[in-house]
Amino acid sequence: MIPEDYKKVPGWGVDADPKNDPTYPMRLRDPDLPRGLSWKRPPLQVATVEILHSNERPGLSAVFGEASPPKGVSGVLRRYAFRHSESAYRHWLPLMAADRIGAIEGIFEDLGTGRVPNIIKEKGWGAEWKFNRKAFATRILLVTAVAGAGALAAWVSIRD
Amino acid sequence: MLAMDYRGARRVRAQQKPMPEIQHPRDVIVRVTRSCICGSDLHLYNGAVPDTRVGTTFGHEFTGIVEDTGGAITSLKRGDHVLVPFNIACGQCAFCLEGLFGNCHESNPGATAVGGIFGYSHTTGGHQGGQAEYVRVPFADVGPMIIPPDIEPDNAVMLTDVVPTGYQAAEMAGIQPGDTVVVFGAGPIGIMAARCAWLFGAGRVIVVDELDYRLDFARQYAPCEVHNFHTMKDPVLFIKKATGLGADVCIDAVGAEAAGRAMQSVLGRKLKLQGGSSTALHWAINSVRKGGVVSVVGVYGPTATMVPFGNVVNKGITIRANQASVKRLLPRLVEHVRSGIIDPKALITHRFSLEDVSNAYRIFSSKLDGCIKPLLIPPTAE
Repeated sequence: MIPEDYKKVPGWGVDADPKNDPTYPMRLRDPDLPRGLSWKRPPLQVATVEILHSNERPGLSAVFGEASPPKGVSGVLRRYAFRHSESAYRHWLPLMAADRIGAIEGIFEDLGTGRVPNIIKEKGWGAEWKFNRKAFATRILLVTAVAGAGALAAWVSIRD
Repeated sequence: MLAMDYRGARRVRAQQKPMPEIQHPRDVIVRVTRSCICGSDLHLYNGAVPDTRVGTTFGHEFTGIVEDTGGAITSLKRGDHVLVPFNIACGQCAFCLEGLFGNCHESNPGATAVGGIFGYSHTTGGHQGGQAEYVRVPFADVGPMIIPPDIEPDNAVMLTDVVPTGYQAAEMAGIQPGDTVVVFGAGPIGIMAARCAWLFGAGRVIVVDELDYRLDFARQYAPCEVHNFHTMKDPVLFIKKATGLGADVCIDAVGAEAAGRAMQSVLGRKLKLQGGSSTALHWAINSVRKGGVVSVVGVYGPTATMVPFGNVVNKGITIRANQASVKRLLPRLVEHVRSGIIDPKALITHRFSLEDVSNAYRIFSSKLDGCIKPLLIPPTAE
């Protein structure tokens, strides 16, 4: 039983389609369409930097982005990762590690170009201070207290 | 040019970068006029998506003016104002020919599981995104659409992702007239999915989230029933009691960063040992009736994700999921915007200059100041 009120929602039922079965849009498959890797490929972009590609495909896709090519320690990890398939943790976990290392490398890269990154601004703490001051200040105090206690404990153990 | 720049988990800034160049005959260069931050950008921002490299620019929801065209482009010319679907599609691979424009095989060398997406890590092709003054748009003869003169710019930018993804969530659910639809997540996509569920003839629409301000917005916008899961002892039990046998359809519009279950949050969000916290998907599977449909548009990482799959088998559930096929859906959705059935711009609650991108991400990520959908405006937009 459909409540009459719901039918008053603007647009109610305008796209209702009893043929919208769960296989859509696979039903668009045309037997004449190419199967497998047999379509006429677009012109291929020429790589001007190192582009890593999944080992589940024979080569590069026709287009790709050239942002942030692999470099440094993170780059070594990324090259290792791409030797393994998308089904393997040996692919994804090194990539996650490379992302973390890349963030540290980024700080050194900034410093190397004479730029001191404004991490407080980059993290948007100004917005937290403006809109979420009490919770934010509490969090900062908590982190400072825990770090201070840890430093004090370390100092005492070294002194002893 | 000025562009958003990713520096590591929860660290972004605006900085000068080289201008993009034509690199393929089917490229265009677009001067960005509007660019949104998507809820799925927050997965990148929080460091949850593998191969998100420092130095990349995010942004897959943008509109802009064509500034330069590659040699093979005849459908667009300098000065055209276009909306650019978030997926990059060649239009001629086996998947594009099936209408699966979100699954193109010629736009992403980094993974075979997903097609190319602007500004969404090297796992989706390493393409720079549109949170910048200028952006390179590959396969521009397929994706971009000239914005019709009667479509407002704020509506146009929402047609690049939010509207098609919310609509496809409802479409994939195979909603039949009178069905009860439960949407998990009251972010922009969840709100749009709830709104679109009515278009397919739903008889009852329920939205579940943890933030009252978003639920209030959903109740007004969709319009629908809303419930905060923090007020429930057990959301699945609540849905079962509210619907009798379970919902006919459940939509996961949350994805990898769902709250609500401690173990999922620790494994998926903190330790990142699975492809995200699958709490919403877990609830969707367990809340749907036997023989029902679970439609997933929430974004998850590529590694394994823990869900109660035994219940999928035992209940005979159909799970449908995909990145939205924006190009396929655009003609219909433009009609809906034009007729006033869908009002996408109403979801935009915040506007920031591109220079203020760090605060914009923080406000959206931390759900501050009643933020539903933030929009970035580059200095060269006008």
